[in-house]
Amino acid sequence: MLDKTGIAKRIAKEVRDGMYINLGIGIPTLVANFIPAHLNVVLQSENGLLGIGPFPKEAEVDADLINAGKQTITMMPGSALFSSADSFAMIRGGHVDLTILGAMEVSENGDIANWKVPGKMVKGMGGAMDLVASAKHIIVAMQHCSRDGASKLLKTCTLPITGIKCVTKIVSDLAVLDILPQGGFKLLERAPGVSVAEIKNATAGKLIVEGEIPEMVL
Amino acid sequence: MIDKVVAGAEQAVKDIPNKATLMLGGFGLCGIPENCIQALLKTGVKGLTCISNNAGVDDFGIGLLLKTKQVKKMISSYVGENSEFERQLLSGELEVDLIPQGTLAERIRAGGAGIPAFYTPAGVGTEVADGKEMRDFEGKPHLLEHWLRADYALVKAWKGDTSGNLIYKGTARNFNPMMATAGKITIAEVEELVSVGELDPNHIHTPGIFVQRIFQGKDYEKRIEQRTITN
Repeated sequence: MLDKTGIAKRIAKEVRDGMYINLGIGIPTLVANFIPAHLNVVLQSENGLLGIGPFPKEAEVDADLINAGKQTITMMPGSALFSSADSFAMIRGGHVDLTILGAMEVSENGDIANWKVPGKMVKGMGGAMDLVASAKHIIVAMQHCSRDGASKLLKTCTLPITGIKCVTKIVSDLAVLDILPQGGFKLLERAPGVSVAEIKNATAGKLIVEGEIPEMVL
Repeated sequence: MIDKVVAGAEQAVKDIPNKATLMLGGFGLCGIPENCIQALLKTGVKGLTCISNNAGVDDFGIGLLLKTKQVKKMISSYVGENSEFERQLLSGELEVDLIPQGTLAERIRAGGAGIPAFYTPAGVGTEVADGKEMRDFEGKPHLLEHWLRADYALVKAWKGDTSGNLIYKGTARNFNPMMATAGKITIAEVEELVSVGELDPNHIHTPGIFVQRIFQGKDYEKRIEQRTITN
């Protein structure tokens, strides 16, 4: 079973040289720490920056330089700054190669719910709906089950939807799965120490298991 | 060049009437018009509709105007950092329209550019699509979204000149450039106000045509929501 850092490490292995990547808030932000140094990638911040760098040292903190999670950041050499309209032109226009975000639920046809829990506080969707509507490749970082053990990989989402038929891959604490174009969670890898049976039990939607499922290498 | 300088925030906002629709620049607390917000607290104008990506925090930014109940309606994409906001929303005192962030940015851009509506894929299949016209383009469904315009746009820039040309800094740019174009009256507050000719025309982000009033702000707090550092 993977902790949050483990999920971020595994997702980092999906990163390819030359990608422009949008990282969501939470576990996705951690992915930046594990992208191999030899890969040239550019991280996009929806509030108007291409080229997110590491968090600043105390002396470098600049209130005018934050990421989408409102954390202070630095800029990599060669960065570019722009408006929110330009930022979402990059996103909506399909110029971002990879989007990594969190989810509360994902359905077997790739629908995602991650913005609202009815009856509880509604915080708003931020940029999530724009991202999932237009991204070419969406990897979701999530817990496979809720704290009370209910599966979050479902036949259909129960929470209000953020976007339809958009998620292409899930990395959970238990497994790596692709979502097939015709629907279904295709099991690709098991987390260390997790059995196929455990993953089956934890997946309420259609799970496709073909052949031996390898344990993931981090 | 046309001189658009006003003495300060209070003079800049003094004619904003009750029930006005305002745009306020900023992402979180980054790039918000701090001085104009303080001046609105003083004028006590009420019944405001505020278009802003976020709603500030309890004791800073638009949160200050929520606390004094000067805001009737918020149009935003994310409002998660504010408990007074939550209380007013649940009690029905405050109306809220939540909009996908890219759609919000583009609706404002469209408002400033004279484009009454456009189609976007964001929100298809979600409750955002309720009641909206849908149309397929190249086999993919899109939603019709309308422009947003405001009586007053309150923007914050780093440098400006007396004719209203503006330059922003870092990620404090965010919604400010589009909002500057979409206000019937755009009020710009800047950290450094300079004479015409001192800014390089190659570096102007917002041309002065969009700005009606400009002043040099003071006492910027620039509060940081998530101070995150590496050792």
